[in-house]
Amino acid sequence: MSANSNGKAEPAPKLIVRDLTVSYDGKKAVGPVSLDIVGQHVTALIGPSGCGKSTFLRSLNRMNELIPGCRVAGSVLLDDAPIYGPGIDPVAVRRRIGMVFQRSNPFPKSIQENVAYGLRIGGIDNPQEIAGRVELALTQAALWVEVRDRLNDSALGLSGGQQQRLCIARALAVEPEVLLMDEPASALDPIATAHIEELINELSESYTVVIVTHNMQQAARVADYTAFFYLGELVEFDRTDVIFTKPSNSRTEDYITGRFG
Amino acid sequence: MSVTKPKRFREVRNIREINGFVPFGVTAMSQTRHLFVKSEWSYPPVTTPEGAIAMARQKTIGTKIAVPPARPPKLTLAPAPLWHRAAEWTLRVLAFSAVVAIVLILVFIAKEAAPIFYSAAVRAEVTMSKMWVPRLWPGYDESASIWQPVSEIPKFGIWPLVLGTVKVTVVAMAVSVPLGVGGAVYLSQYARPRTREIVKPVVELLAGIPSVVLGFFALMVMATWFQRLFGLESRLNALVSGVALSFAVIPLIFTFAEEALRAVPRSYVEASTALGAARWQTISRVVLPAASPGIAAGVALGLGRAVGETMIVLMASGNAAIISASLADSTRTISATIAAELAEVVFGGAHYTVLFFLGTLLFLTTFCINTIGDWAIRRMKIRLGGTA
Amino acid sequence: MSAAAVVDRAALAKATAHRTRRNFVADGALAIVSGAALLIILTILAVILFDVVRQGLPRLSIAFLTEAPRNGMTEGGIFPAIIGMLEMVVLMTLAGVPVGVATAIYLHEYASPVSPITRAIRIAVANLAGVPSIVFGLFGLGFFVQFVGSGIDKLFFHGDKVFGQPALIWAALTMAVLTLPVVIVATEEALRAVPRELREASLALGATKFQTVLHVAVPQASPGILTGTILAVSRGAGEVAPILFTGVAYFLPQLPRHLSSQFMSPSYHVYVLSTQSPDVDATQPILYATVLVLLLLTFALNLAAVVVRSRMRRRYAGAGA
Repeated sequence: MSANSNGKAEPAPKLIVRDLTVSYDGKKAVGPVSLDIVGQHVTALIGPSGCGKSTFLRSLNRMNELIPGCRVAGSVLLDDAPIYGPGIDPVAVRRRIGMVFQRSNPFPKSIQENVAYGLRIGGIDNPQEIAGRVELALTQAALWVEVRDRLNDSALGLSGGQQQRLCIARALAVEPEVLLMDEPASALDPIATAHIEELINELSESYTVVIVTHNMQQAARVADYTAFFYLGELVEFDRTDVIFTKPSNSRTEDYITGRFG
Repeated sequence: MSVTKPKRFREVRNIREINGFVPFGVTAMSQTRHLFVKSEWSYPPVTTPEGAIAMARQKTIGTKIAVPPARPPKLTLAPAPLWHRAAEWTLRVLAFSAVVAIVLILVFIAKEAAPIFYSAAVRAEVTMSKMWVPRLWPGYDESASIWQPVSEIPKFGIWPLVLGTVKVTVVAMAVSVPLGVGGAVYLSQYARPRTREIVKPVVELLAGIPSVVLGFFALMVMATWFQRLFGLESRLNALVSGVALSFAVIPLIFTFAEEALRAVPRSYVEASTALGAARWQTISRVVLPAASPGIAAGVALGLGRAVGETMIVLMASGNAAIISASLADSTRTISATIAAELAEVVFGGAHYTVLFFLGTLLFLTTFCINTIGDWAIRRMKIRLGGTA
Repeated sequence: MSAAAVVDRAALAKATAHRTRRNFVADGALAIVSGAALLIILTILAVILFDVVRQGLPRLSIAFLTEAPRNGMTEGGIFPAIIGMLEMVVLMTLAGVPVGVATAIYLHEYASPVSPITRAIRIAVANLAGVPSIVFGLFGLGFFVQFVGSGIDKLFFHGDKVFGQPALIWAALTMAVLTLPVVIVATEEALRAVPRELREASLALGATKFQTVLHVAVPQASPGILTGTILAVSRGAGEVAPILFTGVAYFLPQLPRHLSSQFMSPSYHVYVLSTQSPDVDATQPILYATVLVLLLLTFALNLAAVVVRSRMRRRYAGAGA
């Protein structure tokens, strides 16, 4: 990938989704959806509640399979390799595509052990390597300075915003290529939300970020590309500035301008 | 630290900058913040990766230290170790233990009881008809069902034992159901939460008392009291052992009933009160029926326990296998019979076989009580709430 | 307004007053009756405790717990019985707890809720909990002692009677089967309480289901597993009927040294001293003291289980924030 004048790689698709349909017990929840997630940029999924954006997000790292009765049809390609298919291990997929949840869910362990969890699961047990990677992950999540003196304290003692950054650090520690974030700041106060948004901006340097948000303004602030979902369908997908200034679909315009939602 | 303009400095992809148009929703404040963020970043001169990490370790301006991370070698994660699959299979196999146990229990006690049907040596002394049908024994005036396995002519009439089990169980349930349910009603409907915190563990203590201790208490203490109180002829009888048995059953019924009563939604109580019902009417017409599946579960469990309990009756019932309607007479239950006589039997003999037959009978009875109880409870739940 | 809607106010007021009075009495009666029931239950416990403590405490001492019985059980202590019970309980726990925990993990984490296998296991667990203790004794005799034990004797001991008779190991295994439902139910309850978000977090990081169970679910559930174990131990210490024919004895000259030895137990001691003592008055002090020891032990275990359970609830209340 050649660099453009901004020092950023030319936009190239990282995740190619074609005709993805998710259904629960025979009832269609989302789809069919086709779009290209651009590498090393931020893509936001917006839409009113219940429109299927979270379901779609979870199908990108095969987390929907945990729900009994869920069926996924269509294809998702990560760097031209499918992630669905017989013989494809969801565990390997989830190591390349990480996820941060709406409500922070740190383990009841120490801060260090939380971040190191994914590494230990992957067989890494050299203490120096673990310590180095934990520090790196916490730095990337803009949490290192705040917690470096209390790495052995319980993660549950952190504030809400810190816990969410801890969960981001935990996801980053396994060096995924794509980071999925399901309304990461919806449970946080405005200051913590601002921190998370700045973090997303920084992270998009090195990671492909897909973020679900019910807050349009947040999408406008952080995202390069935006997809608008409505009632289980993808209505429009384009660069953020286009979606917010010159949307092609009238439903998109109605949502953006606040006529419903 | 001087701020040089590094090559990788991010452009502000602020929408305002793109075409000068501020769309609805993007506030001026967020734009300002973007610019503000830009100035907070600092890039110390970096020559080596170690230097980068060392710089990050020092506290610098703000909390945003965008040090180009000195990346360690690309992370390679190993797949799960092989022994995990073996462990999962072990889990699956071990999970069958309960099924295997139940099957083995039935098989092996039935196996030892089976000779009653096919062994000539055993059948010479005892058959099903000899056990269940009263017959005329030498030395007796009329035909009767008599349990006298150790005598010149061994007699294996089961009815005295069955009657004994029934008597003791009836006494135990008659005492424990009112007490258990009544106490549960009080604790769930009238008592303060603080009281509940204290009383619940205390009743669990009662549940934890070993049955041999209850039997001991019945034998040493209660028997004397009852005899004095009621003027009974025999010290150890169905009444004493039944009451002592109820001590073991009460905590079961109490715990289940209390949980069930507490689980009744407040909305039911409020609706009933709003319709003008008095407290006692709400409790008896709404709360108790709503809790009936849970209470029934407790009663079924208690019934099973009462039928099968051994030590209490062994110690307190007097161990006289007679047929009598009176609760004041000594009696013998099936379980106590097995416990008392198994030590002295000849392995493989008729007596031994009959005792195992009694054990099988007991097993099947409690199995039936459990199954019928489950079915009844499920029906109750359907009747109440539409789904089991 | 139709004529039917005309209300006789005086009659209604009279009826309401009467009903109110009746309700007042009935309310009070219900409260009193149910309160009395609760009071009776508590009194029973208090009376038992009071009597046992009053008569047993004088005889209770360190010497009682550490000496062997002498003089036909009229003097000395119950040390061998305590040791025997401890050995049996330890073996029972080692055999039963892993199996029970494994069953619960399978039922909660791996089993499909609608599969017939799952239903069969659950029915088996429920029925196992309801089997009378004497039937367990018969099972221990018929299966462990006479089938497995004799088999071992034939294979390894040339037909000598070593394991084909009442033995510590058979009593422990019988008790392990008896307490299996307790462990299974407690463990499953604890696993159910582990929040779904923690499991999701682990899986999203690329952990397999087993890794999630091992590193997240089981550690979080460990207080519940501990509670189950404590309750199982409490049952094991007190039950007599299952060990009657599978290994317990009234008086043994030495402590059990092998898995095939017989053992003494305070619970069996109480039974024998109560019913078959040659000199009731002389053995009564020892009998009461033994009962007291048994009661104190059971209470201490149950109290420990309650403490663990409440500590666990407090931990979950904090983790959900």
